[in-house]
Amino acid sequence: MLAILRDLLRYNLEFRIGLVLVSIVVVMAGLSFVSPYPPGDVYVVPPDVPPSAAYWLGTTSRGQDVFWQLTFAIRNTLSFGIMVAVLSRIIALVVGLLAGYSGGWVDRVLMSINDTFIIIPLFPILILFYFVLRDSMSTPLLATIMACLGWAYDARLIRSVALSLKTREFTQTSIFSGMKTREILAREHLPYVLPIVFSTTMNNMNWSIGIEVTLAVLGFTDINAPTIGGMIYWANQHTALVAGIWWWIAFPVALVVMTFVGLFLLAVSMNEYIDPRSRLARMGGGG
Amino acid sequence: MSAYPAYLAKRLVQFALVVFIGVNLAFVITHASPIDPVEQSISAVTSFGSTAPEAIAAMRTSLQELYGLTGTLGEQYLTFWSRVLRGDFGPSLSAFPTPVSALIGRALPWTAGLLIVSTMITWVLGNLLGGLAGYYQRNRMLKLMGVVAMGVHPIPYYIVALLLLIVFGFLWPVLPITGGSAMNLQQGWNWPFVSSVLLHSILPALSLILIGLGSWFLGMRSLVSNVVTEDYVVYAEIAGLDSRRVLGSYVMRNALAPQVTGLAMSLGGIFNGAVITEKVFGYPGVGTLLVDAVYAGDYGLVLGVTTVSIIAVSVGVLVIDLLYPLIDPRVELR
Repeated sequence: MLAILRDLLRYNLEFRIGLVLVSIVVVMAGLSFVSPYPPGDVYVVPPDVPPSAAYWLGTTSRGQDVFWQLTFAIRNTLSFGIMVAVLSRIIALVVGLLAGYSGGWVDRVLMSINDTFIIIPLFPILILFYFVLRDSMSTPLLATIMACLGWAYDARLIRSVALSLKTREFTQTSIFSGMKTREILAREHLPYVLPIVFSTTMNNMNWSIGIEVTLAVLGFTDINAPTIGGMIYWANQHTALVAGIWWWIAFPVALVVMTFVGLFLLAVSMNEYIDPRSRLARMGGGG
Repeated sequence: MSAYPAYLAKRLVQFALVVFIGVNLAFVITHASPIDPVEQSISAVTSFGSTAPEAIAAMRTSLQELYGLTGTLGEQYLTFWSRVLRGDFGPSLSAFPTPVSALIGRALPWTAGLLIVSTMITWVLGNLLGGLAGYYQRNRMLKLMGVVAMGVHPIPYYIVALLLLIVFGFLWPVLPITGGSAMNLQQGWNWPFVSSVLLHSILPALSLILIGLGSWFLGMRSLVSNVVTEDYVVYAEIAGLDSRRVLGSYVMRNALAPQVTGLAMSLGGIFNGAVITEKVFGYPGVGTLLVDAVYAGDYGLVLGVTTVSIIAVSVGVLVIDLLYPLIDPRVELR
């Protein structure tokens, strides 16, 4: 694992840029633990101050320091993304490995359901969820719902790997040595699909954070928990752009764009590392 | 085309499954609600005053039927399905007594027009540029385009729409930033109205195109750079075929098939972008309708838009799937 990281660092520019961007974002999230202000408090600093030495990124119309507010927001947004990614990875792994290994009707049924989830438009469904739950819609609940809706595409990727693993000799050996299906999947096949799981994790985080921001901007999440989308929501509520308080929107937007680009570059560079053909091309072997 | 009937049957089953699961999901979600939608809806209407008692009673029955609250759970389920299949979602509360189906019918052409046109542009442009970038890998311009695509691609719709709004609404105000057309025009096939619709669609369409372009570009580029190394391409090149001919009829043609599947699969996600884009630019489509319905607490309208969008997306996927064998003859074998 360490050797892979060293290789990526040395040969892959995208990985380096991605790592720098994500590190900045993570440090920012870490700073929330030493914030001088509690995240929920308003009017703790003078409102509407532009960026200055005292308030690095300015203050909001609600009297919050943008910098410290941003640390909480990005922490919540990141942990939301991780929550969704971990939960949906578990579903994707179980479905993908099982469908690929079992084949036959199990595969057909699972993949029919899988394709359905790929096609169904999620956004209206999420809005419907918010609509019926409203006040009881909390961040963990939203994360669970999104995980249940967002595993399908990655399950297909995992299945395609599992299909090829199934025909390999070591699978036959394990079957003859009397291992149960569950053991074969967990001990023999899982290590082979883990690289894919890692790279899809980044993409899934991007996907979930994107939808969370979008929902929050419309006010369709728990807007009292500070998140990036929540900050933009409150800025819009106070018509920050019209009033010229541009820093209230610009900095959250800049930070979330950094998160997106960073995670995306990490996913892309890992994908390239996994796919031997593009690795060959990079080293000058092919095309 | 001997295997086509089997293929057709498989796709139709898939289509039915999507609609079935989607509508069931809507049923389950609405029944999981801790709030009583009927009483809440009624109090929303009566708070404006001046509604006749008979009208309220009629509404209560209609709403109870709509949300599937009369009879046993099995009966509720059947009532719900029969109303969905008839496209009857009852009266809208925020625009009482206009039926929900009429509101959706009015908004649907706007969304469909915007989405179909911008998706087509995005898909064609992204695949063309991506194909070129995969084939001419040494070209500086195309390399730069790849870097830009990587940077823009992961940014969420809302942020791009917002940036466009700031640039063309505040910094350099040249384009209309809100609405579907100018207010004072007669709707119909007359030039002032059509041109106004086109002008108003530029920014929303641009935001959708900018976001979608990157993934098609990157996808096509990697597909093409894989096809380029295939034996038949190398052979065609050694045989001295014109490079444009090789790219057009050998490389692009074979790399395009997965992108058509991708188009079908991306349709579901397109609605996410449409909802937020329409809201940001005040475009009078289904997305704006949905968001406003949530703000207004309009239960029937939210349910109606959700169900219609599920059905619309599945129809789109079905159409693309049915056209697919015409593009790629190999698909019949599966």
